[in-house]
Amino acid sequence: MSQFIIEAVYFLTALLFIYGLKRMASPVTARSGILIAGIGMVLAVLAAFLYGFDVREAAQEHLTMNVALVLIALGLGLGWAWYSGKKVAMTDMPQMVALYNGMGGGAAAAIAATELFSGNAQSHGVVVSILAVLGGLIGAVALSGSLIAWAKLDGRMNGVIRLPAQQLINLVLFLGSLALGAYIVASGIEGGISFPLIALFFILALILGVLLTTPIGGADMPVVISLYNAFTGLAVAFEGFVLQNPAMIIAGTVVGSAGTLLTLMMAKAMNRPVSNVIFSQFGGDDGSEDGDIEGTMKPADASDAAIAMYYASKVIIVPGYGLAVAQAQHKLYEFVKLLQKQGVDVAFAIHPVAGRMPGHMNVLLAEAGVPYDIIHDLEDINEDFPQADVAIVLGANDVVNPAARHRKSSPIYGMPILNVDMARQAYVVKRGQGKGYSGVENELFFAENTSMVYGDAQKVMVQMIEAVKSLG
Amino acid sequence: MDPVTTITGFVALYIFMLAAFTGYEIIGRVPAILHTPLMSGSNFVHGIVVVGAMWALLNAGSTLEQVIGFFGVLLGAGNAAGGYVVTERMLEMFKPSDKRQGTADKE
Repeated sequence: MSQFIIEAVYFLTALLFIYGLKRMASPVTARSGILIAGIGMVLAVLAAFLYGFDVREAAQEHLTMNVALVLIALGLGLGWAWYSGKKVAMTDMPQMVALYNGMGGGAAAAIAATELFSGNAQSHGVVVSILAVLGGLIGAVALSGSLIAWAKLDGRMNGVIRLPAQQLINLVLFLGSLALGAYIVASGIEGGISFPLIALFFILALILGVLLTTPIGGADMPVVISLYNAFTGLAVAFEGFVLQNPAMIIAGTVVGSAGTLLTLMMAKAMNRPVSNVIFSQFGGDDGSEDGDIEGTMKPADASDAAIAMYYASKVIIVPGYGLAVAQAQHKLYEFVKLLQKQGVDVAFAIHPVAGRMPGHMNVLLAEAGVPYDIIHDLEDINEDFPQADVAIVLGANDVVNPAARHRKSSPIYGMPILNVDMARQAYVVKRGQGKGYSGVENELFFAENTSMVYGDAQKVMVQMIEAVKSLG
Repeated sequence: MDPVTTITGFVALYIFMLAAFTGYEIIGRVPAILHTPLMSGSNFVHGIVVVGAMWALLNAGSTLEQVIGFFGVLLGAGNAAGGYVVTERMLEMFKPSDKRQGTADKE
């Protein structure tokens, strides 16, 4: 009976997950989407307690203890994650997603470990054993890889660490863990369970995740997190098969394919194939050959820029991660409202990789209350730049570098950019004269129609608001 | 010991295929503005792994299995709860122009 209830609830959960995700795909219904998926999750967890009525023989005597352990683990995991998720600043969201994702991968690897150590997976034949091993491998890589991604984005780990012959070491590790996994499957069929070998298998997988991620530069981390998100989904699906759990199979596979697609879309937005992100090892090197960029940087006052915008008829704002770091979104929107009151047509232009994840900048602007219908994607707004009187760049760099269009030697060549240089007048708000995240010199800053406003974005916005208010 | 449903062979392949298409279709038509919340939302969805970890821990027959199972449930619960909170917080901010009153000063 309990088994029937569990199966029925899992069916409902799968339905609620898919319907919830579908609703999350539109800004209008997105909020109800996560709520629906959340209800599915709560139902599934409650139903899973019914497993306690039907445990295998070896576990009978431990049942009370095991139920207590489940309650403690659930309470701790839920309490900690709920607290940290509520507390984290919007700018730090990407690393939290990485962290939670790594935890999911770790849980999948833990399931694989218990099933392999207990011999349960092996007793169900070759296919189940292979999936347990593969799910364990992918889950462990997602765990350690996501932790490295989290450490890098959170600033706990700086720079890129590269071993000599990194690719070769990674390949050897990968093949080694595969071979070990194959041996575990083969010997397990004959009833042999080698504790040290299974342990070694998981250790190799964890090291592989670390070594795959350490050489990748911070700029590429969003793609990596998205990839590990898909990995975790796949690992969950595989372990779902091992446990004969349809909810895990369906949810894991949906996330696996959706995550893969999302990863490809992100990589495409940066104009770099995924294999390139993982193996090319760009993203930490200094752009060594800057070439010869003509012109000089012209400084301007914040108030001059503000007044130019006040008397413009069309203004396009290009926000970047620097804006969010300076916590200037709220001031920016205050300024935008002043411009709108004056009748200025204001639009936001968001590059696909603005912020630290695709769509991250949209979230940060939404936090400040900017309505989403004046926020435009690259494809929608790029042709509007030539008609704009003023384009202002706040804390963005590489995504507005015209070098991506024509300078073949540039590491960012081919990346789609926002055509800020085509506006009649461009202002760039920037803390100093340094280079961008990729270490490439920006041609826009030297252009004839560009002026540089130096200063912290928050302070600059305050000055701009004052300048405009003093006018009228 | 064995669950009632047994998903084997081609039935499993059919489920994989249909679920994979479902995921592809859902994400394929999403505007870029929702990419981050959706990545976070799908991150929440694979938090379902927690129920598998619960099964493993409830069926643990040795101390080693209990320890690993405990961490499995702990990590899975973190994935599910954290994924939910973060996604919910992000989506809470998406409001069209006419409703923006009263949200601008929210921090």
